[in-house]
Amino acid sequence: MRDRRGEPSVTGIENRSGSGGSGAIDRRSRVAVLARRVSLCLARSAAVAMLVGAAAVWAAAGPVDATAQTPGSAASPAAGASPASDKIDAELERFRRMIDARDPFSNPGYLFVDRGSELWTRTAGGAALAAVCDLGQGLGKVEGAYAHLPRYFPDADRVLDLEGRLLWCMTNKQGRDAKEILKTRFSSPDHTSELEDLTAFIAAKSNGQPLTPPLDHRREKQARALGEAIYFRRQGPWDFSCATCHGAPGKRIRLQALPAFDDHRQARDVMRTWPAYRVSQNTLRTMQHRLYDCFWQMRLPAVDYASDVTIALTVYLAAKGAGGIIETPSIKR
Amino acid sequence: MSGRRLPILLAVVALAIVGFAAANRLRQSRASLPAGVTAAMLDQAIAASWTSADADWKARLRQDETQRQCTEARNKPAADVATAIQARERVRIVYPADGKLVGDWARGKELAESGYGGRFTDTSKAKPNGGNCYACHQLAPSEISYGTLGPSLTGYGRAHADAARAVYDKIFDSNAVVACSQMPRFGASGFLTPAQIADLVAYVVAPDSPVNR
Repeated sequence: MRDRRGEPSVTGIENRSGSGGSGAIDRRSRVAVLARRVSLCLARSAAVAMLVGAAAVWAAAGPVDATAQTPGSAASPAAGASPASDKIDAELERFRRMIDARDPFSNPGYLFVDRGSELWTRTAGGAALAAVCDLGQGLGKVEGAYAHLPRYFPDADRVLDLEGRLLWCMTNKQGRDAKEILKTRFSSPDHTSELEDLTAFIAAKSNGQPLTPPLDHRREKQARALGEAIYFRRQGPWDFSCATCHGAPGKRIRLQALPAFDDHRQARDVMRTWPAYRVSQNTLRTMQHRLYDCFWQMRLPAVDYASDVTIALTVYLAAKGAGGIIETPSIKR
Repeated sequence: MSGRRLPILLAVVALAIVGFAAANRLRQSRASLPAGVTAAMLDQAIAASWTSADADWKARLRQDETQRQCTEARNKPAADVATAIQARERVRIVYPADGKLVGDWARGKELAESGYGGRFTDTSKAKPNGGNCYACHQLAPSEISYGTLGPSLTGYGRAHADAARAVYDKIFDSNAVVACSQMPRFGASGFLTPAQIADLVAYVVAPDSPVNR
């Protein structure tokens, strides 16, 4: 948008300078033509330089926006870390290597994947999800489905992420009670979560594929814009927005590095690695829990599962993380 | 010929820059709502996404005027808006009844370390809210688990004499000092009491506090 708005002015200058040129050349010596070309060239350079300068000032004065940043220009989340946090990061990295996230026999996240695989084909409410649920790639098809979510589903008339689509299928295709399902939306030491298990199983079926949320349907674009509005909205007793913690690169809460979503590389690394086995919680979590947890820390009330707000934020973040190669379940703090 | 053309070119460039500036102002004036979203849509999505919360909790989702203006400006308010925010927040600052801005640094230390309070799982009435200062600031050098969202305050009292009032104001209402500061308005929101804030001031400025030793 910004580039397109800039272009007509530059083109306009070039057209003007070109239009009076051709007739004049015949009446002038080569030297004069050369001199004129040099002066035009200088004028153009000056014009372009001024436009670039204006654009730079504009970009600097404008709000935080991914398109205004050079991808990869920001420091890594660990930048500015103290020696102590370096040590902790190194320990976590060693732990990650030890349990090799890609090895199903050592990554505890694969326990959830295996359960999810069973749940997908198990009959509940008179039907198996594998027989009645279309995740966007065709009935029962799980390969690559997660890579192309969230998306607009005409049958639900909503934009849905994976968790939201699973919940919709369970309630509308299996005819089950949403309240019952949502009682175990997050696992605890007392119970597993069907939604977490199924999400883990289906997401892993997109491993190796780039995250490619479609974003071309009107409602998908609307959800992304809504997500952006929520991302920057300040509210609550502590005045926090998502951008309060995730707006600048290289920042930490205590020792925890915070991803900055305007940095394309960092956004991709976050969005391609959920769901994750969270070591601090001894269980697998999905993006729906990540956002619920953020709102809890922001001192806001408990956000509804697969709500318009959490799905819109997921669309906004997935757009920022697009292109990241999916590798789930990952292992996180 | 080229001598006559140069001024025309410069005029076109000048026009283009004016155009840029106008477009930028327009863009900033509606920056809070990306294209395709209306305030009504946003309100509706929020209402539809927190259906189970009690009314007093739902009230936390409503923005006050300062939050609204800072959201709209994406925390870079124009000079007149910034002045209005600071004036509005300034009058909210309340000082301890005994007039003492510097309390007990040992109590302040506990508050600075505590992130308790305000979350929907923080249900204890007996446990006081904490300032959670270490989440964002470095303070005592002995505490290695500190965040970096805010500046380091290690040795702040040593570097700034007579800073008690400024520190008190900043903690009580950060937006009275810097419009659209990212720091919570701890006193104005009622999250911390004036006495607690005085204890935190002591932790930051007292010469015998670990922050300054």
